Amino acid sequence: MSNTDFVLAVEDLTVSFDGFKAIDALTLYVDRGELRVIIGPNGAGKTTLLDLICGKTRASGGSIKFKNHEMTKMAEHKIVRSGIGRKFQTPSIYENLSVFKNLEVSFPRGRSVFGALGFRCTEEVKARVQSVADEISLGDSLDVEAGLLSHGQKQWLEIGMLLMQEPELLMLDEPIAGMSVRERELTGELLQRICKGRSVIVIEHDMDFVKRIAHKVTVMHQGKILAEGSMDKVQNDPKVIDVYLGH
Amino acid sequence: MDSIKSWLARSGMGSVLILALIIVVVFPLTMDLFRLNLVGKYLTYAFVAVGLVMLWGYGGVLSLGQGVFFGLGGYMMAMFMKLEASDPETTKIQSTPGIPDFMDWNQITELPLWWEPFRHLPLALLAVLLVPTLLAFIISFAMFRRRVGGVYFAIITQAVCLILTVLIVGQQGYTGGVNGITDLKTILGWDTRTDEAKYVLYFLNAGLLIASILLCRWIQLSKLGTLLLAMRDKEDRVRFSGYDVSMFKVFAFCLAAMLSAIGGAMFVLQVGFMSPSLVGIVPSIEMVIFAAVGGRMSLVGAVYGALLVNFGKTYFSESFPDLWLFLMAALFIGVVLAFPNGLAGLYESHVKPRLGKRKDKPAAGTDSTPSSDVPPATPLHSGAPHGGKPLARTALPDGVQGTSA
Repeated sequence: MSNTDFVLAVEDLTVSFDGFKAIDALTLYVDRGELRVIIGPNGAGKTTLLDLICGKTRASGGSIKFKNHEMTKMAEHKIVRSGIGRKFQTPSIYENLSVFKNLEVSFPRGRSVFGALGFRCTEEVKARVQSVADEISLGDSLDVEAGLLSHGQKQWLEIGMLLMQEPELLMLDEPIAGMSVRERELTGELLQRICKGRSVIVIEHDMDFVKRIAHKVTVMHQGKILAEGSMDKVQNDPKVIDVYLGH
Repeated sequence: MDSIKSWLARSGMGSVLILALIIVVVFPLTMDLFRLNLVGKYLTYAFVAVGLVMLWGYGGVLSLGQGVFFGLGGYMMAMFMKLEASDPETTKIQSTPGIPDFMDWNQITELPLWWEPFRHLPLALLAVLLVPTLLAFIISFAMFRRRVGGVYFAIITQAVCLILTVLIVGQQGYTGGVNGITDLKTILGWDTRTDEAKYVLYFLNAGLLIASILLCRWIQLSKLGTLLLAMRDKEDRVRFSGYDVSMFKVFAFCLAAMLSAIGGAMFVLQVGFMSPSLVGIVPSIEMVIFAAVGGRMSLVGAVYGALLVNFGKTYFSESFPDLWLFLMAALFIGVVLAFPNGLAGLYESHVKPRLGKRKDKPAAGTDSTPSSDVPPATPLHSGAPHGGKPLARTALPDGVQGTSA
């Protein structure tokens, strides 16, 4: 496939589970510094798409290029190291560890076995943990065990763990699910801030939230792209209204 | 003084110190040589239990095949001692003098090539450490790369146990078969059977055990320890944070194997023989019981577990020869059902809070939290109040609680 200027170029991507095509010849490009929101009905293949990009699921065909490097055959941890961070749908944090430890473990140094043995928590690491914790409004809760955080705070913590790695592409699967109104607002602001200097892909269902944050919206349906463009354009697309938004 | 105190509390060194005092000072002063030698034997199992704390408690990988590594370590040591005991002078009645007796009985007329390195002590000691670790590396690399885990991995370790046992028993001429390798006498001319040697070996064993615990403690407090716990909790999150999860499990498995091998070698030195009965499935499961009874999250607890279960085994088998296996099983089931975190967990939840309370009282009336009445080691998920937390963690690094998985 051709080389492009896009951060992420997904071309002709297909994955089938026992003959069922969860993703069907999908092509998608994401720009540098772009905040893309993917919407679509349940079972459209949104989460599967993220799974494919981060290597959790292997593609049956097609290509995924990140900064013009092919990702489809790479090991998961190498995909992460090349700069792709992924947040899971349910908050996936280390409940038994403190907030500080959660963030510290995500610091991208000492990633090999013996590197981890020799890793020291230097002032630099501490400063970075503090600044990320401030960013996600957990600056005062560093010593709290992560399991005791509220649901919304857990979501933020996981985003913070990704920020520690300074990824160039950040993929968030339903980041505001289960959040209060106030928490949603804060998360919206957080996303606006963190998409500076990196590309972000967000899967979301809440249309008001999508309207507020999206640069561009992609609508998926049955493993294919139904429509793509600005929120206004997508919202008035008759096909989208038909299968997703409703009349 | 206060800084030493806080360091002791933070790093969990206080409990290591107490353990060291008990096995280095109290036991030798209160026991006769026969009992002390017995304790020495139990403490060689403690190496395996300590390894299991790292592998099972921290890494979340249950191995039911640690006997393989204990046995291999032991066999490496025994092979060296057997060769030294089989000099041409003492074996001159054999048809081929100078080879181990069991080889002669099996019509083998020449020392096999792979026995040759065991003529040299440094090579033998190297083999004690490296051969089991290498085997562990091969097994675990093959398994964890393919994401085999949990019950499946445990079953495979059992299979390895069985294979090795069958191999040793079947290759009688090269391994000594069911009888194992016996009649071990000296190391470089130093007789290991004298009273003095038994004391020396006991203290060597105790020293190595403490050193192993300190090494493991250091690993637990490093980022690697945190990662092991994180993996046990949320493996995918660790993988998608840029870590090669399988290699960390391989490391934990190799570490546990090497510790077991040291234990096996010390067993041979103190007990004077090695046989397939220490390799098989039953001893491997027993070793898991030691760690479970002691508390699989506590290095020190694992040692107490090994001691207690073995004392129990000796006592039960002397007092109730017909029933003792059932009593042992009851002990295990009871511990797992009633206190899943073992003796160490029991200490954390019942003894610690009371000690803390006594200490707090004269200190200040300001901190009047009733939290120490609540058993603080209740699992996190029940959302225990913050106040009780600091009491609950000592044997674990900062901000860590060992309840799940």
